[in-house]
Amino acid sequence: MSVRHALLALLSEGPKYGLQLRQEFEARTGEVWPLNVGQVYTTLQRLERDGLVESEDEAEDGPQKGFHLTPEGQDELTRWLRTPPDLSSPPRDELVIKVMVALRMPGTNVHEVIQVHRRYLVELMQQWTRLKEDEAEFDLGFALVVDAELFRLDALVRWLDAADGRIKRAASEPPRTESFPLPKLRRRVGVRP
Amino acid sequence: MSMLELRNVSKVYGEGPAQVRALREVDLWVDPGSLVAVMGASGSGKSTLLTIAGSLEAPTEGEVMVGGASLSKMGRNDQARMRRRSIGYVFQDYNLLAGLSAVENVSLPLELDGVSAKKARQAGMAVLEELGLSDRASHFPDELSGGERQRVSIARAIVGDRHLLLADEPSGALDSANGEAVMRMILAACKRGVAAVIVTHDAQLASWADRVVFLRDGRVVDQTMAPPSPESLLQPAPHS
Repeated sequence: MSVRHALLALLSEGPKYGLQLRQEFEARTGEVWPLNVGQVYTTLQRLERDGLVESEDEAEDGPQKGFHLTPEGQDELTRWLRTPPDLSSPPRDELVIKVMVALRMPGTNVHEVIQVHRRYLVELMQQWTRLKEDEAEFDLGFALVVDAELFRLDALVRWLDAADGRIKRAASEPPRTESFPLPKLRRRVGVRP
Repeated sequence: MSMLELRNVSKVYGEGPAQVRALREVDLWVDPGSLVAVMGASGSGKSTLLTIAGSLEAPTEGEVMVGGASLSKMGRNDQARMRRRSIGYVFQDYNLLAGLSAVENVSLPLELDGVSAKKARQAGMAVLEELGLSDRASHFPDELSGGERQRVSIARAIVGDRHLLLADEPSGALDSANGEAVMRMILAACKRGVAAVIVTHDAQLASWADRVVFLRDGRVVDQTMAPPSPESLLQPAPHS
């Protein structure tokens, strides 16, 4: 999420001061995303230039200057909320690359490599789950962030499990003669740099 | 002293070319108050490990100790008594008796152990209340949702003075909210001193455990280290 749209979202609740915007932004991202106060003002100036927010004319520049959303700002926020993020091209995933390399590397047990990564991911998930156990019940926003992280890590563990099983089955089957289809796939869907 | 200890346990099914080695030299210990998850693919030996830990099957080799007592040195009757009194089982498909209400299902293990029907029912009601299910006590299993059935089966597993809880994919058929509720209950039982083992292929479920043991082809191949404080996750990344 861009700082620009985060500020528009906060202003959709009503007029706010610059300092207040910064504090609320940090509080709602569980303080995991600290925001420089300069970044807030630069972004607000750009939003004002683009006609998406308006400042209270009488106030001087500074932490007490108030801002409110314009109808154009409201439209921009609504449009952004309904625009899916670009997930069409697979990212270059380091974990996938490591398993692929381990598979081809002589003298390397790919199952052992997979297990190293599986254990690390499960340990991370244990830490996130502890947070959920202690705090997340009390804060909806924080619980949503923790869930998102757990599902993301879980997807990686599931991929490792699937890869582990697929490699094991492939080892017991006769080798195939056709070429590996990855380059073709890559050309078709594109890979982000 | 560990509540459950498996020492060098192996299990072989069949003979000759049809022989299957389901478990190979497994060492596992679970202390009172701790939750251990055993993770592995299907066919890795997870369920065999659980049935052996619960004395439902004997190992081919090795020793199983529950509460410090060796199962191999116990007679059948003593083993059965220990299963009724000390061990609670939770299964993926709940295994509730269809003809009994929720509270009757929960109090049944106590009645089988000679506790009077009245006292068993009181204990059953107390556990259901603790798990927020007292308004479901007189409902039959087919009148309960999947999540409620699993919570009733957990109530049945912890009723009385059980020290060891064994769960096989306890939230396998449930959605994530109900799965989480089930894990919170198991964790609450652990906080009261119960030792628990869950076997699962689900990392989200396993991540509730204090320790995760990885099983592959019947062998323990790895386990998680004691994780650092979750506070480390909340430190901003250096580049932000």
